Amino acid sequence: MARTQVVTGQVEDLHLVGLTKRFGTMTAVDALDLTIPAGSFFALLGPSGCGKTTTLRMVAGLEDPTEGAILIGEQDVTQLRPYQRPVNTVFQSYALFPHLDIFENVAFGLRRRGIKDVKKPVEDMLELVELGAMARRKPGQLSGGQQQRVAVARALINQPDVLLLDEPLGALDLKLRRQMQIELKRIQTEVGITFVHVTHDQEEAMTMADTVAVMNNGRIEQMGSPVDIYENPRTAFVANFLGQSNLLPGQVVGREDGVTVISAHNATFRIPTARVATDGDSVVVGVRPEKVTVRAKDRAGDLSGRNVLEGVVTDASFTGLSTQYLVRTAWGQELQVFSQNLSADDIVRLGDDVVVSWDPIHSFGLDGASDLHAGMDKELLALQSGDEPAQVG
Amino acid sequence: MPAVVPSAATAHGSDEATVRRSRRSTPYLLLAPGLGWLAVFFVVPLFASLATSLQVPLVEGDPDQGYTQGFAVQNYVNAITEYWPQFLKSFLYAGIATLLALCIAYPLAYFIAFHAGKWRNIMLILVVAPFFCSFLIRTYAWKTILADQSPVTQFLNALHLLPDDRILNTPLAVITGIAYNFLPFMTLPLYAALERIDFRLIEAGGDLYGSAWTTFRKVTFPLSLPGVVAGTLLTFIPAVGDFINAQLLGSVKDKMIGNVIDSQFRIVRDYPMASALSFLLMAATLTIVFLYIRRAGTDDLV
Ligand SMILES: Nc1ncnc2c1ncn2[C@@H]1O[C@H](COP(=O)(O)OP(=O)(O)O)[C@@H](O)[C@H]1O
Ligand SMILES: [Mg+2]
Repeated sequence: MARTQVVTGQVEDLHLVGLTKRFGTMTAVDALDLTIPAGSFFALLGPSGCGKTTTLRMVAGLEDPTEGAILIGEQDVTQLRPYQRPVNTVFQSYALFPHLDIFENVAFGLRRRGIKDVKKPVEDMLELVELGAMARRKPGQLSGGQQQRVAVARALINQPDVLLLDEPLGALDLKLRRQMQIELKRIQTEVGITFVHVTHDQEEAMTMADTVAVMNNGRIEQMGSPVDIYENPRTAFVANFLGQSNLLPGQVVGREDGVTVISAHNATFRIPTARVATDGDSVVVGVRPEKVTVRAKDRAGDLSGRNVLEGVVTDASFTGLSTQYLVRTAWGQELQVFSQNLSADDIVRLGDDVVVSWDPIHSFGLDGASDLHAGMDKELLALQSGDEPAQVG
Repeated sequence: MPAVVPSAATAHGSDEATVRRSRRSTPYLLLAPGLGWLAVFFVVPLFASLATSLQVPLVEGDPDQGYTQGFAVQNYVNAITEYWPQFLKSFLYAGIATLLALCIAYPLAYFIAFHAGKWRNIMLILVVAPFFCSFLIRTYAWKTILADQSPVTQFLNALHLLPDDRILNTPLAVITGIAYNFLPFMTLPLYAALERIDFRLIEAGGDLYGSAWTTFRKVTFPLSLPGVVAGTLLTFIPAVGDFINAQLLGSVKDKMIGNVIDSQFRIVRDYPMASALSFLLMAATLTIVFLYIRRAGTDDLV
């Protein structure tokens, strides 16, 4: 009995070892090596088509890996059928059984394992997701948010070692999504089961997860805490996909005292060497728009020890909380600057000659061979190239 | 602006009402051809035949003299007492044939819906392909296939599987003939129901500890029930009244109620008896169908 009531023993880590999936010649998941710590809220973040669903389906046993292994703790589950794995899935579109009511949907897993007394656990679980009153409704009679919680309850009640969630909030509107993010986080903290949450929404991944793995083209680009990967992206893809970045290609001119000095466009930039992702001499200097301050050139003040660039303001949009500027450099690159509205003195205007500067500790250095547009929002990219005068054709 | 609106509204008020009324009647217009057809070719013959079933002979014992309208409920009593074995046999044969067709069609439809891939359309065409050939010719073909000297019969005989050493002119031939002839009517609704099932529901069943067989029993089959109900009805109802299969494939002992009605009408010319039998057949079929839908249609039906 107790088997299902309590998470017995310790929850186990999930290991993916060289996990690969090919569909014909197309590699959907490419030699993934990943350890997901027991009890963590783990987010797999990446653009659509990067292989997130395929990865989850392999863990669930719904897709056979081409190569590699899946281990839960010490146990190799690669060859097990889905129903033999201590893993449950919250499907992308919930996949609730339309012919069963909410109670029976949630009880499904328990009944299949031959547990007779399902009333109490099901009611407790419905209580946890705040759907006690809906027990006898059919899924079709519930709203999207309610169906989503039933899907979570139906999976969670089995006390799996790992709960897989495939874009569980994708079908909900923005407000409900925010609400459910908090709700899911609460449930995860309460039950202590490992959650592997797949999403393409970087904000969702960052607000919910302890650990985020950024995935691109079937590979993990970077993994770490949300703060870590946001503050110190190691690839151009991560720098652009999580928030926005200004990227300047340059050459290393010196490395000393833990600081790498880079020259680009006749200016010199300093980056803590620990924040440079390459040993090569060609390095892309990166900085987040909100780390940059912008001042009118004639009142720039003391800039010693900072990384500095000059330019002209070509766009300024006031959003209340902050002002977003575009600053065009001498070589035509547009830098993004998010400036908090601290005092009216700071405000610079369209066409002003300005100095932008930032603390070197906020710089990061990427491999010089990076595609600077990797991971960029496609719409944003189109918008930027649209700045050029339109060609009549 | 606000001052203008009310007067404009009153001016157009009656027009709008007319438009709305005609719009509401449009759907009923769509029904008209169907209703007209039904009235002429179903309701009228139905009552004509009801009237016939209550007729009495002009000259007792000589049907050749014709019949006159009466109220002979006795016709129904005679129909039942004389032909209840054929009634029973009809429902039995049709029932077994329907089950047989279900057992053959379900795996077929399941395969087409979930595993046929690019062959799906070709397989569906093959399912309906027999319709390109007339019902009668197909049944004659079965006569050849099941004949005493046919390879099928000889093979089964070699295995000593046939109690009478033959298939043709036995109930088995009638039942297999019916099952064969109505197979597409079973397969297509089953396919339609299975094809609609979201495959993720089946995956969810596996994810929630259901083995393949349990998932089939608890998820796939219940979700395909509308197809099962439609398919069995589309097979059973025409099969009960069928007389071609029994006539061509069965012996004189295997006559179904359709054969009785046919011979009463064409050979004996006892029109009241033929009509009474038809009415009884209709009533019995309706009752069975009603009970069946009531049962299948309660909880398990989506
Ligand atoms: N069953 C399949 N057959 C062929 N290609 C597939 C199949 N499933 C997924 N793919 C391909 O694999 C890639 C990764 O898909 P998926 O894992 O669904 O991405 P994501 O969930 O990150 O959007 C996509 O390019 C997709 O087209
Ligand atoms: Mg996906």
